[in-house]
Amino acid sequence: MLRQALLYLMSGNEAIAHAVMDADVDVVAAYPITPQTTIVEKLSEYTSSGMLDAEFVPVESEHSALSVCVGASLTGARVFTATSSQGLALMHEILYIASGLRAPIVMAIANRALSAPINIHGDHSDVMGSRDAGWIQLFAENPQQAYDFTLMAYRVAEDNRVMLPVAVNVDGFTVSHCYEGVRVLGKEDAQAFLPRTPRPRLEYDTPITVGAMFSPTHYHVVKTEQAKALESSLNVVKEVFRSYPLREEGYDVVHVVNRSSPVMVVGLGGVMGTFRHLGRRMNVGVASLRLYRPFPAADLLPSLREAELIVVLDRAYSPGAPAPPLATDIKTLLHTAGLQTPVWSVVCGLGGHEIRLSMAEKLLQKALEAAREGAGANISFYLGEEVNRP
Amino acid sequence: MITRLDQLPAKEAISPGHNACAGCGALIAVRQILLAAPRPLIVVNATGCLEVVTTPYPYTAWNVPWLHVAFENAAAAASGVEAALKVLERKGLGRRHNIIVFAGDGGTFDIGLQSLSGALERGHRLLFVCYDNEAYMNTGVQRSAATPPGAWSSTTPAGKQETKKDIMSIVVAHGVKYAATATPFFWKDLVNKVAKAFTFDGPTFLHVYAPCPRGWYTESDKTIQLSKLAVETRYFPLYEVENGRYKINYFVARPKPLEEFLKIQNRYRTLLRPENAELLQRLKQEVEERWKRLEALSQQREAPSSTHLVS
Ligand SMILES: Cc1ncc(C[n+]2csc(CCOP(=O)(O)OP(=O)(O)O)c2C)c(N)n1
Ligand code: SF4
Ligand SMILES: [Mg+2]
Repeated sequence: MLRQALLYLMSGNEAIAHAVMDADVDVVAAYPITPQTTIVEKLSEYTSSGMLDAEFVPVESEHSALSVCVGASLTGARVFTATSSQGLALMHEILYIASGLRAPIVMAIANRALSAPINIHGDHSDVMGSRDAGWIQLFAENPQQAYDFTLMAYRVAEDNRVMLPVAVNVDGFTVSHCYEGVRVLGKEDAQAFLPRTPRPRLEYDTPITVGAMFSPTHYHVVKTEQAKALESSLNVVKEVFRSYPLREEGYDVVHVVNRSSPVMVVGLGGVMGTFRHLGRRMNVGVASLRLYRPFPAADLLPSLREAELIVVLDRAYSPGAPAPPLATDIKTLLHTAGLQTPVWSVVCGLGGHEIRLSMAEKLLQKALEAAREGAGANISFYLGEEVNRP
Repeated sequence: MITRLDQLPAKEAISPGHNACAGCGALIAVRQILLAAPRPLIVVNATGCLEVVTTPYPYTAWNVPWLHVAFENAAAAASGVEAALKVLERKGLGRRHNIIVFAGDGGTFDIGLQSLSGALERGHRLLFVCYDNEAYMNTGVQRSAATPPGAWSSTTPAGKQETKKDIMSIVVAHGVKYAATATPFFWKDLVNKVAKAFTFDGPTFLHVYAPCPRGWYTESDKTIQLSKLAVETRYFPLYEVENGRYKINYFVARPKPLEEFLKIQNRYRTLLRPENAELLQRLKQEVEERWKRLEALSQQREAPSSTHLVS
């Protein structure tokens, strides 16, 4: 029986730190960077006051933060780190090793633009640069989800069918520093939700060799196995999302409003709230991905089938690519499903560039017009610049 | 004090049949170290020859738990292992182990220096062993900060012009409780230093001179002789620094001529040509200054009684 959930006023970052405390994490290793810093500060407060019985390892870089997490995780410990932007880029090498060694690490990413030019504000260029690193990628839109997803991330990562690292993404500042009432499970219920499952670990009595050298004969076998594990983790994520004790209805991996509108907007992160707000008013469909990797294709597709125009929001460029990251995914999905629905690929909100209600409203109006006139075409533009309708 | 082979406390932890070159000094040193290291033990290995030659999947030469993460981060990965086992023991979910990190000179002097420094400063209880073969051997003998002046490498075709980085001083400057040098010929010195290192509660460091027949262009039966000559020429002094106090463990009163050590290594062939006399002189001067500095730091001038450590 779930006890009465407590409501606290917390920022997205505090909600994450609170979830880490409730998860009874053993090792925290992190390095400060805006806008992630307050997560690390909170956690050092919790560990030094004894609210969380964990080792806080104050590393000298993000590269070492993740390396500490890999080593710690392979002893069977529950570990946590958090970063943003340049820090994630510095971790890049170890991201692939963490997933390749099947270390169930949980990391929060307060998404922020990448240098140069240097900018501390939110966008998704950091995480999109790591999207092929083999991590499960969750996107929380608000502090409540930041708390919930962090707890669920441990349940997913440590599931014996998965054994992969999970990143919980929150938009820098707009979610990481946004204060809301957050309902928390509390330690006891959180730990009932997150039982410790035994797994192979570094222990003298049962020696194992971890991180060996693989020849071409064996390498592809391991990597294919790993890719399949990520793919099939989708079912585990859905299972965990559905059974989350704080919400009777659980969570969907893709959240959709106005499924039958001629225009469907698809995107990730906090900005989807703005679009949902408008979508409800203007009868525009809005699909928000809470899970980005593995890509929840089958869960998204039904809401794309009926649309006459699809608007894909990306908060990152993929310079030189046929389309930015999410638009590439959506176009691939449409093609695979035999659909030729036109796609407006819209890059927006780079480096914290404000996405105003008026900008979003204008975009949706134009999209509705285009859909009504049957004049949808594959175009791409940056939101706020002229919408170049052909 | 271990003075006989049968006093070595531990069982063999590295099995024969690995892929190291015949006469690999690193593997000899590692075997000796593992025989002396207290149990329970976990080994963390940086990328490099040792990692590659011992773990060609599906085989492993390691009979102790072993972890390799990457090249530059062995000290950080080991920090994670140490921190985790501490808290797991507290929670009744695991137990503390003794931890040894093995890294090459590249993984210590160069790319691994930052994570090493971080681990030393944070004070994790682990022994960091640098097996120094004076170049990046795994990638085909490129120079490192440990390559000495005059030595050929594939990126110093005319002989290295710069000096060898003084890694011991850098480590000691972190205030570690114990740091020492060692080399396989002086095996009693080596194993006792390993045992001693684990008596300290915090990070300790061992700089092990490990001849590499492949990269030094020497015969594979010269490894142990080179290990001995390195010390007897004062090129690689055996010393330890305990709580800041320096002690020379093998006082070389009358050093052998450096050429005896150099001439059996073909990596010095160019250096020994008459036109390179100046560079050779610089190397000799570096060796002399290193020794003088140690004499001053240890306030030792004549052979102390500890020479019995020599085999
Ligand atoms: C980040 C990174 N850069 C470069 C390499 C390639 N690399 C692998 S081992 C190695 C040299 C290792 O040298 P050292 O640490 O001295 O060990 P040795 O091979 O000599 O035993 C290099 C350059 C790598 N694996 N990772
Ligand atoms: S190249 Fe040198 S260090 Fe590497 S295995 Fe051969 S002898 Fe040992
Ligand atoms: Mg080397």
